Amino acid sequence: MYRKRGKFTSEGIIPYSGEGTTVTIEGPTVCTQIGCAYTGDEAVAYAAKQCKVDVVAAYPITPQTIIVERFSDYVADGEVDTKYLYAESEHSAMSACAGSSLGGARVFTATASQGLALMHEVLYLASGLRCPIVMAVVNRALSAPINIHGDHSDMMGSRDCGWIQLYAENAQESYDLTIQAFKIAEDKTVQLPVAVNLDGFTVSHATESMRAIADEDVDRFLPRRKAVFKLDPTSPISVGGMALPEYYYEIKRQQEEALHLSKDVVNRVGKEYGELTGRRYGFMETYSLKDADAAIVCLGSTSGTVRSVAKQLRAKGKRVGSIKLWLYRPFPTEEFLSAVEGLKALTVMDRAISFGAPYGALCSDVSSTLQNTGSEIKVLNMIYGLGGRDTPPSTIQQAFEDTLQVAKTGEVKERIKFLDVRE
Amino acid sequence: MSQKESLSEKMKLSWREMPIGGVMFEPGSTVEYKTGDWRVDKKPLIDQDKCIRCFICWVVCPDVSIKRVPKPYKKYVESVELDYYHCKGCGICATECPVDAIEMVEESKVVP
Repeated sequence: MYRKRGKFTSEGIIPYSGEGTTVTIEGPTVCTQIGCAYTGDEAVAYAAKQCKVDVVAAYPITPQTIIVERFSDYVADGEVDTKYLYAESEHSAMSACAGSSLGGARVFTATASQGLALMHEVLYLASGLRCPIVMAVVNRALSAPINIHGDHSDMMGSRDCGWIQLYAENAQESYDLTIQAFKIAEDKTVQLPVAVNLDGFTVSHATESMRAIADEDVDRFLPRRKAVFKLDPTSPISVGGMALPEYYYEIKRQQEEALHLSKDVVNRVGKEYGELTGRRYGFMETYSLKDADAAIVCLGSTSGTVRSVAKQLRAKGKRVGSIKLWLYRPFPTEEFLSAVEGLKALTVMDRAISFGAPYGALCSDVSSTLQNTGSEIKVLNMIYGLGGRDTPPSTIQQAFEDTLQVAKTGEVKERIKFLDVRE
Repeated sequence: MSQKESLSEKMKLSWREMPIGGVMFEPGSTVEYKTGDWRVDKKPLIDQDKCIRCFICWVVCPDVSIKRVPKPYKKYVESVELDYYHCKGCGICATECPVDAIEMVEESKVVP
C-alpha cells in the first residue's frame, strides 16, 4: 500500500492523516516553501508532478526506481492530467518519449543502470531529433556482476549521447534540478533532452528533509511548453529522415553548437530559480577555493562528504577546497578553468571506470580542459565507490592529504588510484 | 523549382542554416534518392496485354516504383509502368500479380 501524500499550496500544507509532521518554513526567499521529508526518488516524482508533464512513458519493472512508481500514484489518484504509458522495455519507453515530445508534449521518464544501457540507441535519437525530454537517471552500477547499487557507470557509458547532464547531490537538488531541467530543455535555443542524475540509494532511497515550492510558483517559473516544431496534421513535417554524407555532418555540427550554447541557458535558469527560491544553481558549487592549494572535484552525493571534510581540514589550517559539478555536459570549460586557478594540485574523483582509458571520464575532461592553457596544476585521478562501495569521510580525508602532498612536492606518484579496494 | 534544383539549393546550406534536427518541411524528398542503384540481377517487366489493371502491384510495391499512367491501352484508360530509378528489384510485384503479367528478367537479357 502506498503512503498518501499531503497537498502543497502556497497557504501551506494540507496534511495527510498518518505518521510524520510537516512544517512550513519561513525562509529569506520570495516564495513560500514547505518543509517536507522525501527520498530523492519521491522528490523527483513530486517535481515532475508540479511541472505538469503531459506524457510519462516508462518501463515499470527492475531496474526502475520509485520515481515512476510514485508518479503512477499521482496518475491513479487523479492528481495529474498525464498520459502514463507502460512500455515493454526501456528501449520502447524512450521511443515513446521521443514520439510524444515530437508531438509537442512535455515528457518525463526515469530509468537506471541496465535500463539506461538498453535505451542507449534511442538516447541519440532523442537528442538528434531535438526532443526536450527530461529523464531522471538514478545512477547505478552496470552488470556483470549484477549489483544494483550506486555508481556512475550507467550515465558515463552514455555520456556522449548529446544530452544535457546534470548531477544532484541530495534530494533537494534532485527536486530543484528536475524543475529547472524542463525550463532548460524547452528553451527555444536549446531543444535538447536533459538527464537529471541522482546517486542510486544514497540519494534515491534515503529520506531527507527538503523544501518544496508551491504549485503556483512552479507554474510561474515554468509556463506550458511551446514547441519550436511539432508533428501536427494541419501543418505536416517529416522527422527522423535519412541524411547521407551530404547532410549528416551539418546537422550534427548544429546539434553540438546547441549543446554548447545551452550552457548559458543552464546558468540563466539557475539564476532565475535562485531568485525564486534562494537556492542559486549554475555550473558548479565551489567551497573555499580561494587561496586553496589542493582541491577535490566530483559529481553527485559524494561532494557533500568532500565539502564536510574540507571544512574540517580548513579548521585545522589546511588550505583545501572542493568543487561539485552540477553540469557535466556540456562541460563548463571556461568556468572550470577560472575556478581552479591558483590551485597546485587537483584530485578528480570518478565513480566509474573508463576501461582501458588513461583516466576516468571526469578526469579525462578535466585534464583536457587544462591542456594548452599553461596551467601547472597537478591532476590526480581517484576511482571510488564502485557498485555502492561506501566512501566514508576517512577516505576523503586521506585523498585530501595525498593531494596536499602532491601540491607540496609537485610530484604525482600514482596517476590513477583505486580508493577503498582490497589489495 | 525542379527537384534537381531544389536539391542543389539545399546542398549549399551551412550547418547554421540547416533546419533544426534535420526536420523536413517539404514532403516527398525521398524521390531524390535513386534507390534503383541497389537493384541486382533481375528487374520486373510488365506485359500490358496480360495485365488486368487490378493495381495490386501498385499497392504492394514497397518503393512506390509502380506508376499508374493515364495512357490509354486497348480497352483500358490507364497503363501500368515501372520506375526503374527507384525499383530495387525485390520481385514482390511479380509474386503478387494474379495473372502473371509481371516477369522478373535478368538485366543483361533485357534489350533496352
